[in-house]
Amino acid sequence: MKRLLLLSAAFLAAPAAAQSVAITNARLVIGDGSAPIEGGTVIVRDGRVVAAGKAVAVPAGIATVDAGGRWVTPGIVAGFTRMGIVEVDGVDETNDAGARTSPFHAAIDIAPAVNPATSSIPLNRAEGVTRAIVAPDNAGSIFAGQGAVIDLGADRSPITKARAFQFMEYGEGGARAAGGSRPAALIAFRNAIAQARDYARDPAHYADQGKDALLTRADAEALVPVVNGRMPLLVHVERAADMLALIELKRDFPALKLVFVGAGEGWMVARELAAAHVPVIASALADLPESFDQLGATQSNVGRMKAAGVLVGIGTINDDEARQARREKQYAGNLVALTKLPGATGLDWNAAFAAITSAPAEAIGLGDEIGSLKAGRRGDVVIWDGDPLELGTAVAAVYIDGIKQPLRTRQDALRERYMVPQEGALPKAYER
Amino acid sequence: MADRILPARLRALLGAAAITALLAGCASDGGAKPATASSKAGPGAGKGFTHDPYPSTYKPYPGVPTLVTHVTIFDGEGGRIDNGAVLFADGKIVELGQSVAAPAGATVIDGTGKTLTPGIIDIHSHLGDYPSPGVQANSDGNEATGPITADVWAEHSVWPQDPGFSRALVNGGVTTLQILPGSANLMGGRSVVIKNVYARTEQGMKFPGAPYGLKMACGENPKRVYGSKGREPSTRMGNIAVDRQTWARAAEYKRKWDKYEKDGGEIPGRDIAMDTLAGVLSGEILVQNHCYRADEMAIVMDMAKEFGYHVSAFHHAVEAYKIADLLKENGTCAAVWADWWGFKMESYDAIGENLALLQKNGACAMIHSDDANGIQRLNQEVAKALAAGRHAGIDISDAVAWEWLTYNPAKALGIADKTGSLKPGKMADVVLWNGNPFSVYTRPEKVWIDGALLYDANDPKRRPVSDFELGQPGAGDTK
Repeated sequence: MKRLLLLSAAFLAAPAAAQSVAITNARLVIGDGSAPIEGGTVIVRDGRVVAAGKAVAVPAGIATVDAGGRWVTPGIVAGFTRMGIVEVDGVDETNDAGARTSPFHAAIDIAPAVNPATSSIPLNRAEGVTRAIVAPDNAGSIFAGQGAVIDLGADRSPITKARAFQFMEYGEGGARAAGGSRPAALIAFRNAIAQARDYARDPAHYADQGKDALLTRADAEALVPVVNGRMPLLVHVERAADMLALIELKRDFPALKLVFVGAGEGWMVARELAAAHVPVIASALADLPESFDQLGATQSNVGRMKAAGVLVGIGTINDDEARQARREKQYAGNLVALTKLPGATGLDWNAAFAAITSAPAEAIGLGDEIGSLKAGRRGDVVIWDGDPLELGTAVAAVYIDGIKQPLRTRQDALRERYMVPQEGALPKAYER
Repeated sequence: MADRILPARLRALLGAAAITALLAGCASDGGAKPATASSKAGPGAGKGFTHDPYPSTYKPYPGVPTLVTHVTIFDGEGGRIDNGAVLFADGKIVELGQSVAAPAGATVIDGTGKTLTPGIIDIHSHLGDYPSPGVQANSDGNEATGPITADVWAEHSVWPQDPGFSRALVNGGVTTLQILPGSANLMGGRSVVIKNVYARTEQGMKFPGAPYGLKMACGENPKRVYGSKGREPSTRMGNIAVDRQTWARAAEYKRKWDKYEKDGGEIPGRDIAMDTLAGVLSGEILVQNHCYRADEMAIVMDMAKEFGYHVSAFHHAVEAYKIADLLKENGTCAAVWADWWGFKMESYDAIGENLALLQKNGACAMIHSDDANGIQRLNQEVAKALAAGRHAGIDISDAVAWEWLTYNPAKALGIADKTGSLKPGKMADVVLWNGNPFSVYTRPEKVWIDGALLYDANDPKRRPVSDFELGQPGAGDTK
């Protein structure tokens, strides 16, 4: 049991070299859904926010940056990604998202595979993304394994929290992984939970069935914190009826901390989601019946769920999730645009910004740690040259854990090299 | 859902120019059209076979004379009028200017705070041949059974009930699109250009008088698909070898038909694939070439010279910025995304300034989607590309950037004389946006195609619902 507790205890890595900064004269966004504060100040000390608001005095001896009235916000928390575990999706050797022939599933821990040198990290950092929820991909089981929360800082320690959640596929993908049907996926789930409980009761005597096992010893062990509610279970599900079936599972397993990912038809069961306190990390703009699980898909999904009282963040689900979390800003802006469309339901600006900062953090139980500029949170702060949801806006500065970040990318170097396409006195290869 | 032949796993992961001087780079003027004997009348001329066996049956829907006033206008050819007016009637643009008198009986719309543009043209779409729902039974975009399938025509796959057409219309303001075969093959077949108007048949959507395209592909896809089957091509050099051999056969086929048309005699045998390739060699069919890498585009342009054809546009040309000068010199356009990058090896060097650098260096550039979601926000994609350029010090006006959405794709499709800009006499394919279309907070408010109002955000009845969605959850909902 001791070992178990150690494994499941929250592991929050401390920043390597925390710093302090005060940013003043800001159009300050806290990220919790409240309205921007004109002339606001945020103070970060030793890597954490100590104060943010209007009447905040700058302590002596702290480096001060005058934002000149520009927008200052918490960094974007990418709601669902595969950032840092894939360099080029189509080049298998660089893709650690899933393991087709591995005997292990739930036990897979993505954290050690996160490579801070992955090129999507500097690129998304330069666009104001400071943290990401990183999930493994399922292969051969409904369980994909244990995901992590990472920071996008330019350093060697990307992990904010390892084993932050278990990720599971349900719906069409889960059915496929379980052998071909939803009932098969549900029994796979129930069986796994039963085995995890067996393991928890007496790990030393857990029957190791070797290759015949439906669940390896390691998988059973990994599911224990899911069963007892210490680890959120993120489930990709799109169909309204499937969401109700999963909520039903909580009757038998009340400790389960369900979080739905995707949830394209969530608006059709929004009241049930709210009543069951199931947060959602949704695809913001999915509006096509891409499958029979998404016949009801509409861009109003997020707005309607939020209006019904569901906690909703935005993610990139099967949507270039290895590299394009930066688009969440655009997605959030589009939800604001819906507020002007008769018959549609969108989000106001404040809620839209929260959907890409505090909401995904809260959905996985890290709202006290990241996603807003409330006191005590990580010092992840972005200064923008305009409205952060607007398409033409660029990032002026990024701080992660209070440390000012470099913003240059490989793309910048390519652009500079080819500003004039013709070769000069020497080949292009000498221009850098 | 990008780049329609990625491995299944990856598919799941992805789910997608003032100006006359600058436009001189564009393909539509046919400057590179090779000389052909078939134009000379002879005993065999016109006796061979019809070139239009599946003709368009599209008829514009009725409209009313409409005048939009006090509106910001991007005319699609780089022009801008603030607080201006546009009149269209009988399906055509009639007049635009600072102020235009309303004819009797015209509907007058106050466009204060809004923007009026030509309808968006997507040169690269798979709506209809990879429709929603994306089930195998509907998957009709790649005839991946041989590297050369110039015999297939995308129009024979297009399902006119794809719900995606409605999203492209109401959320994207897309009025014209080219549906292409996929990129598994070196020569994937003929494309078709359609108007974004639901019809019972594909022919009912078909753009009257638009030339056909031939979809070609370079790079990773053909060599992976056929290499994995243990056959040629399995390398990039294999790609070009198979292409060249095929063009050599096409030239021979064309010679036989040209001779027959000129001299009569024994009618040559028909080959459906060769019909298409001969059509390319005679300039009747435009080459639309999927190609990411700069070095490969350069080779393809030389291959085109070797066999006497012209590449109208490179699609997915993520490295076009590296050879903007060569593209300009060859009069070949580049159709690109704003920010897609890194999902496959040949997309690794994509940069956000691609469009802006092409424009700056005088090449013909345009946005495209290749994606049922991306097609709903092409205006936003251009906004991102424009902003990337401006942040890099490349100053391009909003009105010029609108060419990337309408006039340049119209040129590369050979339909710029009919649509793509708000010039009197052209089709009244028009979008009224409820703000600045380069803002994330703006949506289409009204969309007209050939002067017929086919979408109105304020009228739930002017919102198309495809047969597939009828009676399903959310039918008729805002999408």
